[in-house]
Amino acid sequence: MGGCLSSLTRKSFDEMDGPDGEVREAYRAYHQWLQQQDGAWIRRKDAEAERFFRLTGITFNVYGEDAAEERLIPFDIVPRIITAPEWRKLERGIEQRVRAINAFMHDLYHRQEIIRSGRLPERLFRNNPAWLPQMVGFTPPGNVYTHIVGIDLVRTGPDEFFVLEDNARTPSGVSYMLQNRETMMAMFPDLFQRVRVRPVSDYPRRLAKSLAACAPAGAGSNPVVAVLTPGIYNSAYFEHAFLADQMGAELVESSDLRVVDGKVQMRTTMGYQPIDVLYRRVDDDYLDPLTFRPDSVLGVPGIMDVYRAGGITIANAPGTGISDDKAIYSFMSEIVEFYTGERPILPNVETWRCADPDSLKYVLDHLPELVIKEVHGSGGYGMLVGPAATKRELAAFRHKIEAKPENYIAQPTLALSTCPVFTSKGLAPRHVDLRPFVLVSPDGIDITPGGLTRVALKKGSLVVNSSQGGGTKDSWVLAD
Amino acid sequence: MLGRTANSIFWMFRYLERAENTARLLEAGFRMALTRGAEEATEEWKSVVTTLGHRERYDALPGREYSLAHVCNYVLREKDNPENILATIEAARTNARLCRSSITAEVWEAVNSGYMTLTEMLARPVREGNLGAALSAIRREATLVRGATYGSMLRNEIYAFARGATFIERADNTARILDVKYYLLLPSLAYVGSRLDTGQWDTVLRSLSAERAYRWLNAGQMDPRGIAQFLILDQRFPRSLAFSYLALRNNLTELARFHGREGRSNELMREADQRLSALAIQTIFDRGLHQFLLEFITSNRAIADAIAEDYRFTG
Repeated sequence: MGGCLSSLTRKSFDEMDGPDGEVREAYRAYHQWLQQQDGAWIRRKDAEAERFFRLTGITFNVYGEDAAEERLIPFDIVPRIITAPEWRKLERGIEQRVRAINAFMHDLYHRQEIIRSGRLPERLFRNNPAWLPQMVGFTPPGNVYTHIVGIDLVRTGPDEFFVLEDNARTPSGVSYMLQNRETMMAMFPDLFQRVRVRPVSDYPRRLAKSLAACAPAGAGSNPVVAVLTPGIYNSAYFEHAFLADQMGAELVESSDLRVVDGKVQMRTTMGYQPIDVLYRRVDDDYLDPLTFRPDSVLGVPGIMDVYRAGGITIANAPGTGISDDKAIYSFMSEIVEFYTGERPILPNVETWRCADPDSLKYVLDHLPELVIKEVHGSGGYGMLVGPAATKRELAAFRHKIEAKPENYIAQPTLALSTCPVFTSKGLAPRHVDLRPFVLVSPDGIDITPGGLTRVALKKGSLVVNSSQGGGTKDSWVLAD
Repeated sequence: MLGRTANSIFWMFRYLERAENTARLLEAGFRMALTRGAEEATEEWKSVVTTLGHRERYDALPGREYSLAHVCNYVLREKDNPENILATIEAARTNARLCRSSITAEVWEAVNSGYMTLTEMLARPVREGNLGAALSAIRREATLVRGATYGSMLRNEIYAFARGATFIERADNTARILDVKYYLLLPSLAYVGSRLDTGQWDTVLRSLSAERAYRWLNAGQMDPRGIAQFLILDQRFPRSLAFSYLALRNNLTELARFHGREGRSNELMREADQRLSALAIQTIFDRGLHQFLLEFITSNRAIADAIAEDYRFTG
């Protein structure tokens, strides 16, 4: 198993060391700086980073572990660097895709032209729990469905970027994008004087502005924005609190909210006050016990009625989860073309839908080479990385696929690009992905130059999810 | 701000103040143990546990003695004591996490770093040789949070809740310490006015970090009446009841101003204030110090409850 994976690593495109062994342009200035630093000093800095993160409290809870335990996502001090021209292309591709997703959402909850035209099979959403009948015929304020999107990109070569996933529900990780940069600037101030990196720090301001621009019609000139968190034990609580703090918005929980006089209101020290825009970090299912799961204690009874009457903006809109469903994903090229009339700038990773008999046969025949994902899964749970799996795991997964083929999709095991990480034995290549964060409002689409780079810290591993032992890096977009 | 957040701010600062005052109490006991015979030291450790209101709980635990090692471990970190200092600091930090978006990064980092330092320091029983350092570390960490609060927070209702909570807790703690110490030192009122062992009075003052201030103002004089007068009525001393209430009143007035109306808390505050300012130390002793302190603690709690209600902490 190890042999197979290390050969995979060797084959991979390294973003710092080009194929000829020469440092690639993006990393030239950084590499030069690194050469001049003392190794022992860098090692000390590496240890310092951890303390920095603990102090700031950037911790998360792993599902299933003791709720009180707070863990750190490992941080690597070598930045992930993208040049200005590379970024321009990504930006265009992301914007195109996000525009298409919003048009798709509106269509899916209104005339369903894409179904009528025969480009998308109806079964994909009819029986999909992420598709909400309550949203049919309703247009959210500003016609925005996905206020905040995190597009996961992977790379296999100098010009080969692919979209791996569209996170259109409640993408998390943006606090790491911000805090990773703060940490790097605190540790290596001279580096930032040497290399011109585009700043990310105004993301919270842009987020606040973008959300305010999506307020419902009657909201007045200073809409009240609040962040809804499931609470202190949620794995992303730190991020919820951090974003509320940085935006100057209230961080609310279910117990703070109720519907009063047709508005969703929060209990303040001065009584109940209306909220215009709710940036919710609570899943659709839990949003309104009167409409969705009746046992939910995380939502607001009656919020969906207020929403449908135009009394509040919910970001992201309920029902957008359908667009990041993995079965829908496999149609994303068609979706982009249908709504924009253009070829997708950023391609999808080739995807076999196991619901399709021919594809199923191919997948079962090539299981050891493929990555298999559950259609409704997320966060790296319930997936199989063929080349890394044991015979027993392969056999078990084969049974699962055969039993419910429509629950699975398969993708080739991509030779994901690598970026060096700092280890006790010096720099070593590890696989990375990139999640840029995108804001959508009636004013336009706003992409922060950078994002969250996740890195598989285990040698050869392709799974970058933090819940599976992945780490993060500061992600740089170089200024022109 | 949210009522729930105000509640978290309030308790974050109460717990910090409590941890700090408890550490002071231990410091005074520790000093007593070093300067006195075994019997007196035992009495002192008893008084520490009594002041904290833990006599019954402590006595019920098997094999515990009123010794430095046992009492300090119990008060600092023992799991059998859910209100130990480490747990109190942790509760302060949990509340800080809950109101993270209402405090500055500086205040949060001060709380969090204090929690990290003390968690490490109190991971194992503290050896006698390290006790002084551990106790002063607790005071230092609380001081850092106070400094960060003073230096970085907006002067708005959040600040008023934070400061108000500090003084509610401080007044409560000062009253309790005074009550127990006097009770132990003065089995009967007949002693009032008599010259007792100055070393014992010294611990009363030390428990409130008041020894230097008192000496400064009363060169060499150590009489119970003077000490009580100082700790209850002197508005210059920052841990006295009078000072705490001056500050509490200001913060409650600020809150009423921010909210454009007075509540029950302001009313109770005014009454308590009048009671306190009308008093001369002689009246207090005539009516009985214990009785006075008991009433004070009760009315202090009523003010805290009224604040929670006026500002919708929970509903």
